[in-house]
Amino acid sequence: MNINYLDFEQPIVDLEEKIEELRRVGDDNEINLQKEIERLQEKCKGLTETVFSKLSDWQISQLSRHPLRPYSLDYIEQIFDGFVELHGDRHFSDDEAIVGGLTRLDGQPVMLIGHQKGRDTKEKIKRNFGMPRPEGYRKALRLMKMAERFNVPIVTFIDTPGAYPGVGAEERGQSEAIARNLLEMSTLKTPIISLVIGEGGSGGALALGVCDRLYLLKYSTYSVISPEGCASILWKSAEKASQAAEAMAITSTKLLANGLIDGVVDEPLGGAHRNVEQTAQGIKSVLLQQLSELKSKPAETLVSERYKKLMRYGQFEES
Amino acid sequence: MSWFENLIPDRIRIDGLTKGSVPEGLWCKCDSCQSVLYKTDLEKNFSVCPKCEHHQRLTGRARLNMFLDEGDRVEIGVNLKSKDPLKFKDSKKYKDRHAAAVKATGENDALIVMKGKLMEADIVAAAFDFSFMGGSMGSVVGERFVRAVNESLEANVPLICFSASGGARMQESLFSLFQMAKTSAALAKLAEKKIPFISVLTDPTMGGVSASLAMLGDIHIAEPNALVGFAGQRVIEQTVSEKLPEGFQRSEFLLEHGAIDMIVDRRELREKIASILSMLTHSEMKPIAEESVSEDIPVADVIEDGQ
Repeated sequence: MNINYLDFEQPIVDLEEKIEELRRVGDDNEINLQKEIERLQEKCKGLTETVFSKLSDWQISQLSRHPLRPYSLDYIEQIFDGFVELHGDRHFSDDEAIVGGLTRLDGQPVMLIGHQKGRDTKEKIKRNFGMPRPEGYRKALRLMKMAERFNVPIVTFIDTPGAYPGVGAEERGQSEAIARNLLEMSTLKTPIISLVIGEGGSGGALALGVCDRLYLLKYSTYSVISPEGCASILWKSAEKASQAAEAMAITSTKLLANGLIDGVVDEPLGGAHRNVEQTAQGIKSVLLQQLSELKSKPAETLVSERYKKLMRYGQFEES
Repeated sequence: MSWFENLIPDRIRIDGLTKGSVPEGLWCKCDSCQSVLYKTDLEKNFSVCPKCEHHQRLTGRARLNMFLDEGDRVEIGVNLKSKDPLKFKDSKKYKDRHAAAVKATGENDALIVMKGKLMEADIVAAAFDFSFMGGSMGSVVGERFVRAVNESLEANVPLICFSASGGARMQESLFSLFQMAKTSAALAKLAEKKIPFISVLTDPTMGGVSASLAMLGDIHIAEPNALVGFAGQRVIEQTVSEKLPEGFQRSEFLLEHGAIDMIVDRRELREKIASILSMLTHSEMKPIAEESVSEDIPVADVIEDGQ
């Protein structure tokens, strides 16, 4: 049992380990195991296809927070050329649950801002599990305002369980920090593209997600509350999380069908963590295409179209 | 006849004064100090407990009735109805929960918007109804708020919002979450046109409503002891695994930490807001009309349960 993998991935991982073992044996000995390895690889691919063709919404939700899922900095390294990280909100501190800075996308300057989770325990704590405090959102806003001033487009990567529910965060105005970003982002005179790369956790995600184009990686989710949170409130039991995930329609496919996002960026077979480079390539091509479209619009058009997009959110009847 | 009744003078002895002859709903208990209060008098006192000053929760409609001048009111967005885009169902269907809330409150969603007057000055006022599904913000609430903003923009009059909400409405999932962005973007227009927006935070204002429209006022006013914050106290306690300090996320805490401008007693809200608005809009403050606060409010201290 490999704890880095999810239950339903286990049969795939077992096969992969077997293949790896055969490879080692093959290297050590003169016996040619190539045929057997190829057969198993084929089988493994088939198995992965089967498992991933019928994922439940709850399984997708687990994939969105997979222990090996690539985080913002992993993609930044793959997609952009150089990253000049900028720190601090100029008021209180530097919140490392959000990274931000200047970089280039195929030569074009971009302000990149993203939630950042940690891989090992030490880094998880440093990144506060990707849960920003108010100063994180204020840093993000500072960088976005700077981007607007210098006519630099903004790309945000969203990946957070939510804004941090802590005493200090409340004392320093978590609500106000999120609200301010929502308001300010709606009027920024520069293109904004947002991509949910993992967990789109509620207001803490939205505070980096008011944009001209909103994309989700295939196995990402975007939700008003975590499935566990929803289950414990509405079902009075966190164990009903899988039902809650289903009911809230939080997967990329369902969000697209409901007209809530602009598109889905495909992930390689088995999920982004199985091939970061390939996932990054997919993201890069979407960013390039959307950026060139958005950059061709005058700032006023951009802002008024963004406003109309925001005003369209919601479903109601009027008698 | 009991010994007690024998003591009562004839002129006030009424036959048939038994249990049940008191009309139901005439008396109520203060949520905070448990004093039994005469309902009409409590209402006359703006639903503030005369014993302990506790501000009882109000419905959205009661709030606007109390706040706006009498007459000259137009309700906005009244025909908007919820659609249940996800056919959401937990232990109950959203449709049924919503219908039950409609039946229980007589409202069709959790925000009420009216154009009216405050001390003779035109304003638009919106009030959340916590008794309607916890004042949660879904598509209808968001749209109605935007229409309130648009009405303000069109008429060039200030907007006042009384928030009381548990946050975004889970049953509409991401549609609800995006109402945070929608309402905030609308408020940006108001700021751009230099029209005042006063946000009155009432008990309780949490989650998605607090983290959007409620915290974007030019002026933030809280009622005394209102619970206002982003994360719920239980969630915070679980995260930090310690007990929260007394008064955490209450109005006084918010004032101390710089999140609000002032705490105002409900009985003084009309006057205070009218005064602020008159300065922001460079207009004369109209003379204060006699407010109907009863001086002497009877409090029934000892009434046993069941009577």
